[in-house]
Amino acid sequence: MPAIRVLIAKPGLDGHDRGAKVIARALRDAGMEVIYTGLRQTPEMIAEAALQEDVDVVGLSILSGAHMALVPRIREMLDANDLKDVPLIIGGIIPDDDKSALTAMGVQGIFGPGTSTETIVARIQELVGAKGEASLL
Amino acid sequence: MNELITGVIKGERRAIARALTVVENERDGAEMLLAALFPHTGRAQIIGITGAPGTGKSTLVSALAKAYRAQQQTVAIIAVDPTSPFSGGAIMGDRIRMRDLAGDPGVFIRSMATRGNLGGLARASRDAIRVLDAAGFELILVETVGAGQSEVDIARTAQTTLVVEAPGLGDDVQAIKAGILEIADILVVNKADKPGADSTVSSLKAMLELGHPAAREQMVAHHGRILHVQNPAAAVEARFWLPPVLRTVASEGGGIPELMQAIAQHRAHLALDGALQSLEKQQIEIELHDRLRAALIARLLAIIPQEMLADMIARIQARTLDPHAAVQQLLAAQVSQYPDLR
Repeated sequence: MPAIRVLIAKPGLDGHDRGAKVIARALRDAGMEVIYTGLRQTPEMIAEAALQEDVDVVGLSILSGAHMALVPRIREMLDANDLKDVPLIIGGIIPDDDKSALTAMGVQGIFGPGTSTETIVARIQELVGAKGEASLL
Repeated sequence: MNELITGVIKGERRAIARALTVVENERDGAEMLLAALFPHTGRAQIIGITGAPGTGKSTLVSALAKAYRAQQQTVAIIAVDPTSPFSGGAIMGDRIRMRDLAGDPGVFIRSMATRGNLGGLARASRDAIRVLDAAGFELILVETVGAGQSEVDIARTAQTTLVVEAPGLGDDVQAIKAGILEIADILVVNKADKPGADSTVSSLKAMLELGHPAAREQMVAHHGRILHVQNPAAAVEARFWLPPVLRTVASEGGGIPELMQAIAQHRAHLALDGALQSLEKQQIEIELHDRLRAALIARLLAIIPQEMLADMIARIQARTLDPHAAVQQLLAAQVSQYPDLR
C-alpha cells in the first residue's frame, strides 16, 4: 500500500503556521507523505499544488476567521481542476455556528483546537480508504 | 490507461500528475504506460541539482526555472525529500521556496519521497523523468538532498549535475569525503554574499586543481571514457571538462545568468565527440543492471518459501550457519528446484 499523500496549506493572511507544522509532523509520523506549501497561499496556488502533486487529501489550516470566504473558493478551484474526488479537511479556529455550512460546502473534516492528532490521522485514513483505489485510474 | 497515455503526450496536467503516481507507486499498468511513453522521450535536457541541506537548492532551482521560463522554455521540477526511516512518511517542503513559479502553466512541480529502498529512488525518478519528458517539458530539474547514494544516483540520471555548496558548511575534506568532486559537472557556491564564500570557492578550486590532471581523467571516466593526458595543455582543454566553480545568490537571482551559461557550455561540451552518446550508453547500462537486479530479487523472494528464510535467519542468529553459505544454499536450492531461473 503506497503512502497516503496529503497537501497541507495555509490560505489567507494569518502568519501562524505552528499548528500546520504540528499536523504535518503527526501525519508524517503516521506514515503519510505530506507536501507542505507554507504561508499565504491563494486558492489558485492550493488547487495547482494539489493537482501537480496528485494528493489524496487537502488539509487547510485557517486561524484568521476567513474560512467562510476561503473554503468555498478553494473547493471551487479544486473542482475546476478536475479534483472533485479529493476530500478537503480544515483545522484551526472554526466557530461551531459555521460547521454545518462548511460541511454543506463539501468539507469532510473540521478539527478545532485540542483535537488529537490521532483523530485527524484516523479521519484521513478513513477518507482515503472510502475513496478507494478505483478512482485512481 | 489509453486516456492517460494520450493525456500525458498532449501535456495535460491532470494526466501527467496521475501518470507520475502510477509510476512512483509501481502500480499495475506502470510498465505498459512507460512502454507507451518511451518512444516520446529523449528530448528533454535533464539537470540534476544536489547538495547538503540548507545550501539553498530549492531557491536555486526556483531561480533557474524562472530564468529558463523567461526564455520561453518549459520546465518540470522533481524535488526529492527523504522518507523517515521510522514511520515511512515524509514532509516535503520544497514548494515553499518555489512560490514564485505558482500559476505558470509552463512549470510543473512534483515532490517525491525517497521511500527508503536502495535503488528505488533511482528507478522511480528515472520513470518520473520519462513521464515529464514525454509530456514535452524542455527542461527537467531534479533536486535531491545530497547525502551519499542519492546524489550519485542523480548524477547517473542527469546530463548535467550541479553540486550546491554554501559558505561555512565544513572544510574541503568534507568535499572529498562526500565524493562531490567526482559527480559535479558544475560546482555552485550559493549564498555567496555570506562571509566565508571566498574561502569556500578557493578551497573547492584548490581541490579540483589538486586532482589535476587525475581529476580530468576522472571527469572523462565519468562521461564514459578514460583518456590519459600527457600534456594537460590548452590543446586538450576542449576535450576535458573541468568543473567550473560559480557563485550565486539565488534568493536575489545573483549569478543565475552565469550559471545558465555554464550549463549551456557543459551541454555543448557533451555534444563534442559523441560524449553525450557515450554518457547515455553508460546510463542505460546502469539502468538495465539496476532493473534486472530488482526484478531478479523480487522473483527469487517470491518463490523462496517464507519458512525457509525464517529458518535460515534463526540458524544464522544461532551461529550455526554463516550468511555467505546461506546465500549459496538459497541459490542452489532454488536453481535446482526452478530450472527456469537458470
